Amino acid sequence: MLSPAVILLFLWMIVPLAMTVYFSFLRFNLLMPGTEEFTGFENYLYFFTDPSFWPALINTLTLVLGVLVITVVGGVALAVLLDQPMWGQGIVRILVIAPFFIMPSVSALVWKNMLMNPVNGLFASMARGLGLEPFDFFAEAPLASIIAIVAWQWLPFATLILLTALQSLDQEQMEAAEMDGAGWFWRFLHLTIPHLMRSITVVVLIQTIFLLSVFAEILVTTNGGPGTASTTLTFLVYMQSMLQFDVGLGSAGGIVAVILANIVAIFLMRMIGRNLEA
Amino acid sequence: MTVTFRALVGASMMLAFAGTASAQTTITVATVNNGDMIRMQRLMSDFYAKHPDIKVNWVTLEENVLRQRVTTDIASKGGQYDVLTIGNYEVPIWAKQNWLLALDNLGADYQQDDLLPQVAQSLTVDGKLYAVPFYAESSMLMYRTDLLEKAGLKMPENPDWDFITDAAAKMTDKSAGVYGICLRGKAGWGENMAFLTSMVNSMGGSWFDMQWKPQFDQPEWKATLDTYLKLMSNYGPPGASSNGFNENLALFQTGKCGMWIDATVAASFISDPKESKVADKVGFAPAPTRAGGKNHGNWLWSWNLAIPATSTKADAAKTFVAWATSPEYTKLVAEKEGVANVPPGTRTSLYKNPDYLKVAPFAEMTLKAIESANTAHPSEKQVPYTGGQFVAIPEFQAIGTAVGQQFSAAVAGKSKAEQALTAAQALTVREMTRAGYPK
Amino acid sequence: MAREVSKGRKAAVTALAWGIGLLIFFPILWTVLTSFKTEAEAIASPPSFLFFDWTLENYETVNERSDYLVHFWNSVVIALGSTLVGLLVAVPAAWSMAFVPGKRTKDVLMWMLSTKMMPAVGVLVPIYLLARDTGLLDTKLGLVIVLTLVNLPIIVWMLYTYFKEIPGEILEAARMDGASLSSEILYVLTPMAVPGIASTLLLNVILAWNESFWTLNLTAANAAPLTAFIASYSSPEGLFYAKLSAASTMAIAPILILGWFSQKQLVRGLTFGAVK
Repeated sequence: MLSPAVILLFLWMIVPLAMTVYFSFLRFNLLMPGTEEFTGFENYLYFFTDPSFWPALINTLTLVLGVLVITVVGGVALAVLLDQPMWGQGIVRILVIAPFFIMPSVSALVWKNMLMNPVNGLFASMARGLGLEPFDFFAEAPLASIIAIVAWQWLPFATLILLTALQSLDQEQMEAAEMDGAGWFWRFLHLTIPHLMRSITVVVLIQTIFLLSVFAEILVTTNGGPGTASTTLTFLVYMQSMLQFDVGLGSAGGIVAVILANIVAIFLMRMIGRNLEA
Repeated sequence: MTVTFRALVGASMMLAFAGTASAQTTITVATVNNGDMIRMQRLMSDFYAKHPDIKVNWVTLEENVLRQRVTTDIASKGGQYDVLTIGNYEVPIWAKQNWLLALDNLGADYQQDDLLPQVAQSLTVDGKLYAVPFYAESSMLMYRTDLLEKAGLKMPENPDWDFITDAAAKMTDKSAGVYGICLRGKAGWGENMAFLTSMVNSMGGSWFDMQWKPQFDQPEWKATLDTYLKLMSNYGPPGASSNGFNENLALFQTGKCGMWIDATVAASFISDPKESKVADKVGFAPAPTRAGGKNHGNWLWSWNLAIPATSTKADAAKTFVAWATSPEYTKLVAEKEGVANVPPGTRTSLYKNPDYLKVAPFAEMTLKAIESANTAHPSEKQVPYTGGQFVAIPEFQAIGTAVGQQFSAAVAGKSKAEQALTAAQALTVREMTRAGYPK
Repeated sequence: MAREVSKGRKAAVTALAWGIGLLIFFPILWTVLTSFKTEAEAIASPPSFLFFDWTLENYETVNERSDYLVHFWNSVVIALGSTLVGLLVAVPAAWSMAFVPGKRTKDVLMWMLSTKMMPAVGVLVPIYLLARDTGLLDTKLGLVIVLTLVNLPIIVWMLYTYFKEIPGEILEAARMDGASLSSEILYVLTPMAVPGIASTLLLNVILAWNESFWTLNLTAANAAPLTAFIASYSSPEGLFYAKLSAASTMAIAPILILGWFSQKQLVRGLTFGAVK
């Protein structure tokens, strides 16, 4: 019964992957047909010695970690808030969940042009209204700006999962602790957080999968710059395979990215697999 | 084989022919989302009236997405498109690969001789035209006459970079939200590097010497980058490092720029009172030279229509291409949308048309700029390549963009001019070595 | 559930939650508002919030320029198609993994998930060549296949974690009562599995709707969904904020409305086994 799904997935993985591995050992530029030849590890050598490689690796990790921290901390806070009795809870939930449904390219375009643009954007108008110099987000803090946009998209997801988990929290235990004179913070730290741990690991796992391949947001806003300030590995592979049409180099980069992603995956699985076992 | 069988085959073939004759041919046209192309889509009823047997499917995309899509498709022979909108950067490279259909026989009505020679030349390989221009542009200086007057200056006939620096300083009034000069800062071979390549040409420099050695370690590039950074950081708008053509256009139209050196097509947008707040206060001058220099570094860019060699509907595609770039299309736009909106820069006759000259104060300067563009010899130095604001080799997209990133970082204040030039030199040497130059 | 709280505290919580909710929602609201402004108004400083001349001209322009319905329909077919095909493949797989777990089930699952992390750009050229040779370029079928495969790992995993929560004892109890295998599945398991399947379906429709790499790169004229529609409005020449906003509003509205109406169903299964 397992086989159809696994075979399909296997093909999806193996056929393109095998082709990519094959191309990665070729000198193969789409724009110069007829020059294909076997070059051994030359493409890999070029990829690793690319001056943008290390910045890209660091930027990738910064982006993933940054978004994870914001969404998990913000998600827990929002979930706790939304779990309180209030008027119009349903509507607030609808407002909070909305960014999750927006296409990444649309949200990047909206943030870049209508909000963060230092001349015509809303934030710039507000800054001028307060007598301040408008802040040039994508020049001064490119990676942080992208992290903010991506975090905005993923905060609803984290909030939703954590909120669902929170609602299954044992109320009697909470009340008993309250009777015993435990303060709000003590209860939060010793009852709420442990209860949420499994959900938090799920949020981390799912989001990491998507965050490692964040692309549209960078393409639309900064194009990886200024310099290499917001170039991630995915974007670096894009630059090499799509701008240069150097299929060999792009393939080598793709393979490296897959291997790195798998290292992250194994690390995560270890951590989370244990947590999910419990 | 019996006679009946042959007759049957013959009859069915005739039927098949009859079938194709009455059926419509559908061609897919990939194009960029620029104003002139959007306008063409509005005017398609004229084409359909003349050619009821052809239907056109539009794929309109933003420039970068378009380039990525059509290049992938043509290089892998995907055959998705029958007509491509491509720049004069791609045309010679792709023509050499035999990816494009030669377009020499578009009919007598087409008046091929009427095409501006500089533009046609950049689309010709081995004496054959491989794409036809839809509109073309060079570069020039656009400025606010009111602000210049207020600064107590007069625009010389041929401004040089020293004058530009001086004028930018005097026109800047940050408290009023007016910046002396707006230039491209966004990284990209077709963005900041288009401007900077032109500028270094005007400064007497070049990208490569005759041995394909990158020239970023030469004094001309230093002078170029120093002047550029001085202008951008002192008199440019905030966020200059992410401004491209579109961003600067919006800035100029809303009255935030004193001067702007960019594509000549911008002239019609900024003088259109419907779109521009400063329509009645704009002046035009040639792109700056270095003090005492003669080379304006004029670039030459055209958006062209080309037909992939793999297209199975080449005849219909040719019919469409001829219609879209013909004198009759020019007439059609003039009738329906006003003569000022005619796609500029492709035909000599347009610049002799008194109606056009009356409504387009920028026409003369545009023609002058295009005519002085010399893509065969862009620099005063001898160079092994062609192209005004680019280097017409396949590697340039990637190298130009990577170098553009370095210079954009310098505009953003993330690095110094020297660092940016050293990095640019190193990465260009690296990529050129990988690509196997000198060839 | 209901705890006794003072009115004052409830009011404070309400104010805070509404404030944060509106803040998070603001970019979307701003986009919708901008879509009703003129281009000049859209970049006016200081910006006008509600008191401007509301106009529909941007929607008219967008409709004149592009065939929204064609893109919309392509998006619907691709999103629903890839999700349904994905479920068809994933439900049996996840079912067997959850109820008849093998020794390496967990490893297989984790490996599946790790395939999601492969950067799409790295395999674009191979996939493009495959699609060309199979004639699947610019077809809805081609995109359905690709997006199914892209989202399959998530589907399998989500279903697996949900199915695992269904207690095995119920099955045994049903068997004791003499239920046949088919009725066991039909009357006992299906009702319990439906919420999980429903939320998996919803999540994947959302993901497929918003997927913008493959949908842009494998289509031209015929199969282009709303992501391609957006790509024709981003950064053209001249002022474009208002038109871009109108196009954006049209592209996100269907999925936003679907998401709002179905959020309860979405949330019920969206626990990934994290809630006991």
